[in-house]
Amino acid sequence: MNAADNSHAHGKPGNSLWSDAYLRLRKNRLALASFWFVMLMLTLCFVAAWFCPNPDKIDLENKFAGSSVSHLLGTDQLGRDIFARTLFGGQISLLVGFVATTLAIGIGVVIGAASGYAGGRTDAVLMRGVDTLFAIPFLVVVIVLQVVIAEQTKDASGWVVDNWGWDKKLTSRIANIIPLFIALGLFGWLTLARIVRAQVLSLKEQEFVEAAKALGYSRFRILFRHIIPNTLGPTVVYATLTVPGFIMYEATLSYLGLGVEAPNSSWGILIRDGANFLETEPQLLIIPGLFFSLTLLALNFLGDGLRDALDVKAAKD
Amino acid sequence: MSLLDIKNLKTYFHTRAGTTRAVDDVSFSIDKGEIVGVVGESGSGKSVTCHTLLGLLPQPPAKVEGGSVTFDGNDLLDLPSPLLRAIRGKRISMIFQDPMSCLNPYLTILDQVAEPILTHEDVTKDQAEGRAIEMMKKVGIRDAEKRARSYPHEFSGGMRQRAMIAMALVTNPDLILADEPTTALDVTVQARILRVLRDLRDDLGVGVIFVSHDLGVIAEVADRVVVMYKGKVVEQGSVESIFENPSHPYVKGLLACRPTFETKFRILPTVDDFLQTEEAPDGSLGLYERPDAEARLAELKRQIDTGGNPKESGQNESFLKVKDLRVHFTSGGGLLSKPHETVKAVDGVDLSISKGQTLGLVGESGCGKTTIGRAILRLVKLTAGSVVYDETNLADLPPSELLPYRKRMQIIFQDPYASLNPRLTIEQALIEPMKVHGLEPNRSARRDKVVELLEEVGLSVDHLLRYPHEFSGGQRQRLCVARSLAVEPEFLVCDECVSAMDVSVQAQVLNLLRELQEKRNLTYLFISHDLSVVKFMSDEIAVMRQGRIEEFGTATDIYENPQSDYTRELLDAVPRADF
Repeated sequence: MNAADNSHAHGKPGNSLWSDAYLRLRKNRLALASFWFVMLMLTLCFVAAWFCPNPDKIDLENKFAGSSVSHLLGTDQLGRDIFARTLFGGQISLLVGFVATTLAIGIGVVIGAASGYAGGRTDAVLMRGVDTLFAIPFLVVVIVLQVVIAEQTKDASGWVVDNWGWDKKLTSRIANIIPLFIALGLFGWLTLARIVRAQVLSLKEQEFVEAAKALGYSRFRILFRHIIPNTLGPTVVYATLTVPGFIMYEATLSYLGLGVEAPNSSWGILIRDGANFLETEPQLLIIPGLFFSLTLLALNFLGDGLRDALDVKAAKD
Repeated sequence: MSLLDIKNLKTYFHTRAGTTRAVDDVSFSIDKGEIVGVVGESGSGKSVTCHTLLGLLPQPPAKVEGGSVTFDGNDLLDLPSPLLRAIRGKRISMIFQDPMSCLNPYLTILDQVAEPILTHEDVTKDQAEGRAIEMMKKVGIRDAEKRARSYPHEFSGGMRQRAMIAMALVTNPDLILADEPTTALDVTVQARILRVLRDLRDDLGVGVIFVSHDLGVIAEVADRVVVMYKGKVVEQGSVESIFENPSHPYVKGLLACRPTFETKFRILPTVDDFLQTEEAPDGSLGLYERPDAEARLAELKRQIDTGGNPKESGQNESFLKVKDLRVHFTSGGGLLSKPHETVKAVDGVDLSISKGQTLGLVGESGCGKTTIGRAILRLVKLTAGSVVYDETNLADLPPSELLPYRKRMQIIFQDPYASLNPRLTIEQALIEPMKVHGLEPNRSARRDKVVELLEEVGLSVDHLLRYPHEFSGGQRQRLCVARSLAVEPEFLVCDECVSAMDVSVQAQVLNLLRELQEKRNLTYLFISHDLSVVKFMSDEIAVMRQGRIEEFGTATDIYENPQSDYTRELLDAVPRADF
């Protein structure tokens, strides 16, 4: 090769997809800061039990107290610690957001990719299935699930407490939102499956996929090594948009009384309750609202950063 | 005074990666009734020059850094945009490369051809349409009155390009900028379009700037030629003087590295045999003739004489035999409805290839040549017929038993940009086939093999950890070849594998394929639309038309003594430089 041709090749050697992505993400300060913010929020929420007062302890003597040493951000209408309630509420909200998104990505990517790659009858059947699920009203499903599996989740949580020795409160809090997980898991992947399928349809016509066939690679290998990684960009962006989406869903459902039950809280519930005292005690709305919106903002920046970082064509330095 | 005078034009692109001097001090002029061919490889700045003239470049990143373009006493570069718009499409019009995407699919051909008149002149719709139909007749659209109200998809590629030309000419412009107007077309259609352009030049006296990468086309159509390389004009002059007696080393190389019907080289010369490039510290390029260029050329010529016919054609038993192959595609149909349309892409084809030989498969677009290549490798479903490879009928094998044959037969595709997974490094891409076929005992042996393969195709070890997008088109095609060779195949299908390349790169890849064939005793099925390239590569040739073999014979027979009318028409349509 002559010198002119070589000048085309630039950039540093890379290792794996993810380590390269990390190198690129590191250059994007906003995305990196967002990443650490989300991490901080997760840690704060999940270790809250170690340093926060009991979020459910009612102290009617101390309603609407200002911030003090014992109550960092003051108390609410029942004298409960706002900071503690926000962090414990964050557990539920973040759990719903991340677990449901993981479920949605897992199911959506696999079904979308399989549908697009197989084509023909398989594709037609799978996509009509997706259409059918789209047509079922989400709220109805949540209500039905809530009623139908309430008993089972209670039994299951009791079993876990008895046999595995889990903390009773934590277990009941998780059991509380299991119907929500199932409902979001069942429905959250639909759009993503469509997105991935469309990507795969165009990718499978590319010559590198045909070359893979000619080299005798198995379908499984072609799908998981050559096609799905190339759909990562849009998937990641969509995923970071669904995390806040799911948190909002939980908030909406809780607002309607279909999500988390009292005395457990979530960001959605805190915002709903806070709205009642908007005129007199705005901090009840502002504090959980601030936690919520900052996390969403950080997730959006992180999503944009990840999309760019996962693009192998972007420069690493 | 000349019609258009370009003086010291400089167009730079300023991007984050740095400044690219796309057009760097270019001067030439064009007279009325003259066709000036601007020729160069991709990235030479020929299209950017054209687009700069009409202010069609996105600014930024592009910026005109200097020079003037004088047209009718005005400098087009300084003209305020309302005045420029009045010139654009009225006095200077443009013909684009891709007739498929340059016509609006939602408007009829007539609407689109009449639109420039309605935009620039104060006439009624009826008058405009009358003139549009008149012009469509002039460019050779038969039954123009009847067909004018068709939509673009109802026209063939050649007809669409004619419609584009009619659209460019309908306002009686003084100058036409034609940017690769025939590149997307088949040779026979291209020949007709070139004739139309020349006749119009004679009849209407328009000046034409004809931009192309194809030297044959330029030789056929142009009066004067401007050769560009890396943003600069390296040589300009009359078409005879450029082709018969080039003085710049780049032009010499460009002319020599292109296989023609007369080429007798066994290994093609490349531009590198003639040209030496030196980069000055300020980023400008110095181009010098290699001192040993004569000697190198003499060496290549000597190989013709001594080489004779190096391949033993003695092994006559065929190695691959295709019998009555049929591939039909059906379209339409869903969950409940039946498919309703059948396209007979390949319709009863017989072929045979002997070991170590190259069978060339030529034909125009849509003739089914690509489908044959894919059918042999079982990449598409066969409708009927047999593909006997080394005494096994591949058509009967269930997919699970194909694996050993996947190792023995490989394919190289047309588009080197699309045929490598963008997310795998070169090392990963080359190791994978060995892993799948269980070749080489362990990781380090595979790695050694990869290094060996890279060297064999002319790349170096430091490319190992890079991603495909960091390579040029020619390098990528080498990588594709290396990936195919990783499984040690004995049979390669080359599907238009040099069609997307510049001639200088094409020569390098063709030489590589030749070299590998001799070294590894490979058998090739060489599929291409380019008759000169096929002639250069092949021992035997099959000419295809509409899913069938039109003619089959040795390369010399087909080219010197074609039997069918279609073959003759194809051969005549190939543009050549003979004066």
